[in-house]
Amino acid sequence: MTDPVAAPQPHQAHHHDPGFWRTYVFSTDHKMIGKQFLSVSLLMLVVGGLLAMLIRYQLAWPNTPVPGLGWVPEPQVVGGVMSPSFYNSVFTMHATIMIFFAVMPILIGSFGNFLIPLMIGARDMAFPVLNMLSFWVAVVASIIMIAGFLVPGGHAAAGWTSYAPLSAVAAFTGVDWGQNLWCISLIVLGISSLMGSINYITTIINMRAPGMTWFRLPLVIWSLFITAILLLLALPVLTSALGMLLMDRMAGTSFFLPEGGGQPLLWQHLFWFFGHPEVYIMILPAMGIASDILSTFSRKPIFGYHAMAYSMIGIAFLGWIVWGHHMFQSGMNPALGTSFMISTMVIGVPSAIKVFNWLGTLWGGQIHFTTPMLNALAFVSMFLIGGLSGIYMASTPVDLFIHDTYFIVAHIHYVLFGGSIFGVFAGIYYWFPKMFGKMLNETLGKVHFFGTFIFFNCTFFPMHILGVGGHMRRIANPAYYDFLAPLQPINVFISWSAFLLGLSQLPFIVNFFWTLASGKKAVQNPWLANTLEWVAAPTPPPHGNFPGELPTVYRGPYEYSSPEVTEDYLPQNRNLGGVAMAHH
Amino acid sequence: MLKWLPESVSTYGKDIDWIFQWIYYVTAVSMVLVLAAMAWFLFKYRAKAGRRATYSHGNTTLEIVWTIVPALVFVMIGFMSRSVWSTVRYDMPPTDVWVKVTASQFNWLVTYPGLDGKFGTGDDFSQENMMHVPVDRPVRVVLASKDVIHSFFLPNFRLKQDAVPGREIEVWFQATKVNTDPGYEMPCAELCGFGHSNMKGYLKVHTAEEFAAWTTEKKAFPQETVTHD
Repeated sequence: MTDPVAAPQPHQAHHHDPGFWRTYVFSTDHKMIGKQFLSVSLLMLVVGGLLAMLIRYQLAWPNTPVPGLGWVPEPQVVGGVMSPSFYNSVFTMHATIMIFFAVMPILIGSFGNFLIPLMIGARDMAFPVLNMLSFWVAVVASIIMIAGFLVPGGHAAAGWTSYAPLSAVAAFTGVDWGQNLWCISLIVLGISSLMGSINYITTIINMRAPGMTWFRLPLVIWSLFITAILLLLALPVLTSALGMLLMDRMAGTSFFLPEGGGQPLLWQHLFWFFGHPEVYIMILPAMGIASDILSTFSRKPIFGYHAMAYSMIGIAFLGWIVWGHHMFQSGMNPALGTSFMISTMVIGVPSAIKVFNWLGTLWGGQIHFTTPMLNALAFVSMFLIGGLSGIYMASTPVDLFIHDTYFIVAHIHYVLFGGSIFGVFAGIYYWFPKMFGKMLNETLGKVHFFGTFIFFNCTFFPMHILGVGGHMRRIANPAYYDFLAPLQPINVFISWSAFLLGLSQLPFIVNFFWTLASGKKAVQNPWLANTLEWVAAPTPPPHGNFPGELPTVYRGPYEYSSPEVTEDYLPQNRNLGGVAMAHH
Repeated sequence: MLKWLPESVSTYGKDIDWIFQWIYYVTAVSMVLVLAAMAWFLFKYRAKAGRRATYSHGNTTLEIVWTIVPALVFVMIGFMSRSVWSTVRYDMPPTDVWVKVTASQFNWLVTYPGLDGKFGTGDDFSQENMMHVPVDRPVRVVLASKDVIHSFFLPNFRLKQDAVPGREIEVWFQATKVNTDPGYEMPCAELCGFGHSNMKGYLKVHTAEEFAAWTTEKKAFPQETVTHD
């Protein structure tokens, strides 16, 4: 397919120098926008991580002064001790920041922007200015969200799910503008996301290089394409719900308030109708990243390419009919509970297919244990555990007990940290050379990986035990309950592990900045990969990505160890002469 | 892992634990098998000089097998779950022990119908954060909330149900074990505000005689409810 939009206007690299502002700040270049998203969201990842440390401090040593927290004014923190309402803000903001301002913008904003044009063989996104706007609107949303920490009454404290009526009336939490800003920020972020997703969908449909058929697309592009569609359809639902919530708070409506004829469960239906596709929005791109990396470093074609693509499509469809599994105990009709249990069990099947195909990819490979590969392997194994623990809560009667306990917290972190964040790290280690032209240090990378992997498991695996013991989520003080007393040593163990997990990120930060400053220069294709960003574009790619003509694609992205050539890789754009090969 | 479950003291608690156990074994075995296969592949197929990876794009038979096997396992778990879910949520046994629990920030107000057996009349008997029930008899709880959503959680009974403002939701349980000192803890499982963590009540399970004595003293239930067995 040719590119009708950015048709070969002579994109000279010797274009006049656009200057500092147009290059680094208000850039319309998808690569710079990808890097901008990466820097802002890594910063937010640090903020979200620090909030997690506060949560763990409180749960291990409730109501004791937190070292270094004395500066937060009363009544939020009294003599270094977190107030329960401050604690509620802390976990609310930990989740909000991690989900909306760290994981989503890294996976979608950063990798989506950076990779889509490079991997499909386009010079830029379909709408470069819209792309720039999408980033700056996201920055505005981030500033509004951070500002919530500074307003009187503290930040939103109704959980990231902000169930009404708790979130709908200021008096119920004592939080006034914090919750309003929370709503406004996410509405603004929804606009950013809308601009991004339209751009991704248009670009992938219209701007694939000649020969880049749908089934020659790398799986990471498939995953981003499907994710963009989910975003486009799911985010407006959240935006509408947030608008209604904000009106309940500020304009006297009662969408969610029973006194005025409203229905509290309406919020939950709307929220989870967005929220469950959202879960897949955060895992699909990581699945795509892991697929590409596993194939590259096994030097083997991905096992079951079509099954992989179709299972992602399957997940995307089924993702719309499982939202009720968050609401088994909400007062929803129990008959619906049974239906949602069935649909949830069904959506487990494509996930299982993916895990088996990743295993199949490793089988018979020539496995190179690079840092990106280690992180991709961690992704597969941790996603496996997260997927399996999901079966417990899918079963309606078991959910009677584990709903709203730490079992759920363990599950979500196995999927979102064990899955998405390891996917993020795999992607950063893999594409850093393409983004910045330097090779990250492998030794520091491995120190970072093993520290993270070990302490991740020490932190989150024992949370399953807390959940089995009945430990409720979102309580500020487990010591208040006799039946939780035997679990308290586990809470202390988890907190120490969490602190070490936090410290394990230091090698990554050092590696990142040290490499930027004085790292080894990267060659064009350091991993001997097949996909266009490595084989057709210089490292780092110039404005317009591909010098001269757009690349022509002759085959799928995973032709490793092909018998057609002596090398163990066969680039997508390499013309072997004769008829173009028909390998998907 | 399952030894950490709080003691089960309701009739359906053992059925729930049974499915819990089933899923535990199924998932534990799957996890071990997949991780072992993965570890074996990582060892066996580690890069070695002079070797070339197998050039294979997949295997349709395998794809079909690993689509159908998990699907069958999921169907099985689904069916097992469905019947227990019905026991807890649909097939509520008839009873004359009805208790109303009204949640508010940050208390459980437990109301008994009084001598006329009806809620909302002048002779209702109410007590905060303390619920009294007889052992071995079904108890029907009518859940309501005055302000935000709370969640009525009885860990030892494997029962959890949100209390939603503007609605009344019925649940039931039948205790199998007496415990009056201090009773079973009754936390709130849904974030309900700054006092959420300290929203706790106790459920005291009495013998038939004790319950009769208590209800006579407090005029909590009509006489026939107490003597009826």
